[in-house]
Amino acid sequence: MASTASAPRPAGTLSVWEGMARQYDYWLTVYKRTWRGGVANSFVTPLFYVLAMGVLLGGFIDADPARLEGATSYLAFIVPGLVAAHAMTLAVSESTYPVMGAIKWHKTFFAQLATPLAVRDLVNAFLAFVVFRVASACAVFMLVLAPFGVFETWWGPLLAWVAQVLVGTAFAAITFGYSARLRSEEGFGLVFRLGVLPLTLFSGAFFPISNLGPVLEWVARLTPLWHGVSLSRMFCLDTVDWPLAAVNLAVLVGLTVVGWVWSVRGLDKRLEV
Amino acid sequence: MSGVAIPAPLTPVGAARLLVLRNFLVYRSAWKLFLTGFLEPVLYLFSIGIGVGQLIDSFEFHGEQVPYAAFVAPAMLATSAFNGALLDSTFNVFFKLKYEKLYDQMLATPLSTGDIARGEIIWGLLRGSVYSAAFLVVMLAMGLVESWWAVLALPATVLIAFAFSAVCMALTTWMKSWQDFDKITLAQMPLFLFSATFFPVEAFGDGVLRWVVEATPLYRGVVLCRELTTGVVTWESAVSVVYLAVMGVIGLLVVRRRLDTLLLT
Repeated sequence: MASTASAPRPAGTLSVWEGMARQYDYWLTVYKRTWRGGVANSFVTPLFYVLAMGVLLGGFIDADPARLEGATSYLAFIVPGLVAAHAMTLAVSESTYPVMGAIKWHKTFFAQLATPLAVRDLVNAFLAFVVFRVASACAVFMLVLAPFGVFETWWGPLLAWVAQVLVGTAFAAITFGYSARLRSEEGFGLVFRLGVLPLTLFSGAFFPISNLGPVLEWVARLTPLWHGVSLSRMFCLDTVDWPLAAVNLAVLVGLTVVGWVWSVRGLDKRLEV
Repeated sequence: MSGVAIPAPLTPVGAARLLVLRNFLVYRSAWKLFLTGFLEPVLYLFSIGIGVGQLIDSFEFHGEQVPYAAFVAPAMLATSAFNGALLDSTFNVFFKLKYEKLYDQMLATPLSTGDIARGEIIWGLLRGSVYSAAFLVVMLAMGLVESWWAVLALPATVLIAFAFSAVCMALTTWMKSWQDFDKITLAQMPLFLFSATFFPVEAFGDGVLRWVVEATPLYRGVVLCRELTTGVVTWESAVSVVYLAVMGVIGLLVVRRRLDTLLLT
């Protein structure tokens, strides 16, 4: 810890679990006060998308499993991708403005650091909260979709849900690292316009990436969201290609680890007084 | 009145010019946001129009077969005018009204509430027209424009932006906190998705639902733009124009009255 000279901080005196557990009541209070605002974003908006794109637009699309990566309807094709993209969007929005707020506007992080908590503990608890939001939103989303007959097996959607949560974790960790370094909120507008939106639109959520042509298809394969969409869809449609699933999984876990290290370092530097 | 020179009252045009200039100066520092603002509809066009379009042949529009990308593009044009106007006249206006107290400051100058309402909306329209014009050029380059009527699509987007700016700015004057913006999102999403943007209005069947959709303002805007870029102009186009113009004028009158009650009493 770099700043021990000026302000002695008993960093690392708590175990990882204790560091997180001590913030439980704080995040519970945050949740109690903010969950209502998230309802529209978390549940209603994605359902509108399912209805508009999946059901209504899907009604005009010839459901040929050969063209739709094995899906028997456009709705069944689009649902796993939409939920994965939704996990990303939620994770990114929960780790942009709130992180800047805790550093710059409300200074929550500084207050928390005056306790035995270390930067690592702050990052852990923050990310755990975001992952909880993503996990609950995706779970509700998947449950609501179950009666539409878009899932092939009963266990597939469960694994798909794990994949979606992992998408949220990876994106939350990376975004946190970015937000911890950002000085002006203008940068968030760019994240949504140049990051979230293109990923949502071109990572295979709305159409098979083979429609992009050979070069762009490979570009799409390199994006983190595609790995999540691919996992989510394979599990939902029961078309699992295990070697591919292993690659997808490795990419998402790798991104999470890198993002976490980047976040802790970024926040540590930023909070040096 | 002797000796002291009283400055001549501002004309509405002069006032609007000042407000636009102010916004321009502020926006100069946020040029990245300004520049990337036009990307959104282009990305939607590439993704939905072309990516999803490969799964769909063509749609019938007023009896003519229109390829899917040419069907979606004008809808993206209209919805981007809608989205831009909505963002500008809700979040930005709310911030200026409640936190920055910008309008209070302006009223300490010779500007009136009417000037503020008109100036803010004109700025939004100018910004939006730049985006719309750029998007029309993209459509032209991709061969998605099928008629000279498309020249009128630019004023059509300005009309759409005017109607929504005025009404949304009026609604914003009633907002109390950021939480109220959830209601805006709740109205914006269904309007965006169900205004015959991605699929024809026939998808709603022939019942009441279709009538409801056809009576919503964004649907009027989308159909108007689609009629102009595909060249299938009908009497319905005139209905849309009158509808949007009336909506905008009503909004503008309400904004002025509301700013009077909020700031001058």
